[in-house]
Amino acid sequence: MKFTEEHEWLREEDDGVIVVGITEHAAEQLGDVVFVELPDVGTVISKDDEVVVIESVKAASDILAPIDGEIVEVNEVIVAEPGKVNDDPEGDAWFFKVKIDDMSQLDDYMDEAAYKKFIG
Amino acid sequence: MTNKTGASETTAKDDLSQFEVRETCGCGGDHAPGAHHHDHAAPQDQGPKRTPLYDLHLELGGKMVEFAGYQMPVQYPLGVLKEHQHTRARAGLFDVSHMGQVILQSRQEDAAAALERLVPVDVAGLQEGRQRYAMFTNDAGGIEDDLMIANRGDHLFVVVNAACKEADVARMRAALEPGVIVRLLDSRALLALQGPAAEDVLAGLNPAVREMRFMDVATVELAGAECWVSRSGYTGEDGYEISVPAAAAVDLARALLAHGDVEPIGLGARDSLRLEAGLCLYGHDIDATTSPVEAGLSWAIQKVRRADGARAGGFPGAERILRELVEAPARLRVGLLPEGRAPMREGVALFADPDSATPVGQVTSGGFGPTVGAPLAMGYVPAAMAAPGTELFGEVRGKRLAVRVVKMPFTPANFKR
Repeated sequence: MKFTEEHEWLREEDDGVIVVGITEHAAEQLGDVVFVELPDVGTVISKDDEVVVIESVKAASDILAPIDGEIVEVNEVIVAEPGKVNDDPEGDAWFFKVKIDDMSQLDDYMDEAAYKKFIG
Repeated sequence: MTNKTGASETTAKDDLSQFEVRETCGCGGDHAPGAHHHDHAAPQDQGPKRTPLYDLHLELGGKMVEFAGYQMPVQYPLGVLKEHQHTRARAGLFDVSHMGQVILQSRQEDAAAALERLVPVDVAGLQEGRQRYAMFTNDAGGIEDDLMIANRGDHLFVVVNAACKEADVARMRAALEPGVIVRLLDSRALLALQGPAAEDVLAGLNPAVREMRFMDVATVELAGAECWVSRSGYTGEDGYEISVPAAAAVDLARALLAHGDVEPIGLGARDSLRLEAGLCLYGHDIDATTSPVEAGLSWAIQKVRRADGARAGGFPGAERILRELVEAPARLRVGLLPEGRAPMREGVALFADPDSATPVGQVTSGGFGPTVGAPLAMGYVPAAMAAPGTELFGEVRGKRLAVRVVKMPFTPANFKR
């Protein structure tokens, strides 16, 4: 699993598919999530595109695409029940899956130890 | 993640900026943190002030943010959503000591009669032991602040918003002295106990509070201290607001928190509770440009102060306000229920059609209502579009989303009348 400075996690599945979500730390900081808007399947994304809107009781935030690729699946469960993002952010409450060509895009991101250090 | 409505990073600073923005004051003056030096209860020389409960907030795990120049808890470990729900189900304890507590005492002039020069409200007719909502108006008929006025026998007790208190005191001094003594209290804390269990909880400390009705005020001994209690609040629930000597505030708070039904509640849930209750937040839903009539606060203007009343007018902006009471204003504050799940927050532009070019109004407060279980908002729209059921469109992230005008409150009030 890799982590970004924007508090997203990326997990490699088979066939060049990457699952993306937000970290426990991010979910805790956001507070109770009440709204999630996900991209359409088939959307071609570039790094730093605003791909997800997430609103908590406190504020609205964007999730930026951490990599270039194509959205192949989104997690409708968190649209129907946004509170799941607080319950299990690094498990069932993943956000979307991206198919990518270039796996080296992940190289620059932190591993778990580095991320833990990053959030202090 | 990047934060759209808060700060740039998801740290505790988010909350800070979010809530710092939420109590801005239109009442004249720059309310920079540390700009006020009148509060001797504050232990520091500069920077945000602390209430007498500051250390208790830290002990309870409160996440502290700066709000109206004070270090205040935005939430506790329970979190905003559960704090909100707990207050509706049982009882929540709020520290609102940042608000201004002011005493007005008659000298050569009757304080109640004098205060009527600043508010469009029947103060002279307010019975001893009763409290009433009011607003300071300006010459243009706008609102400078909203407040509570209590008749406590030999004096009036006035509670004003934290961000406005310096300006409010200056306004009262200018208009009322020397005939009336104006005293900003700096040695009392203010607690609010809100929720359906509030009566049972507070009666455990002194059963006399059971006899109080909505908007009654009384002097009551609680946890050994002389407290000034009103049966009122800012949540739409039954409950009490308690002015307590600063030195006794922590003991009283602990005595209340010792009850199994009571949780400490932060500013986050205070905001969502009052929003569901349809209550205005000064600087957002009402300000120096909105008249009480536009804001839907005409109920607070008693007949005696209206045209043909025995004491008609005589307050700032009377010309506009009395006219609007008869002719109806151009715009009105309304409740708004977004049809989708996306919250419509403060500043969202409202349109009559999905493709019209010019907005007809704006959201002044909005978010998610935990009890309603859906997003909700309030804002100003033209009077012709203010009827419940009217469909409008709010522009969120470039999309026009359907929103319906509804009656407020969003959740039924549970006052003990």
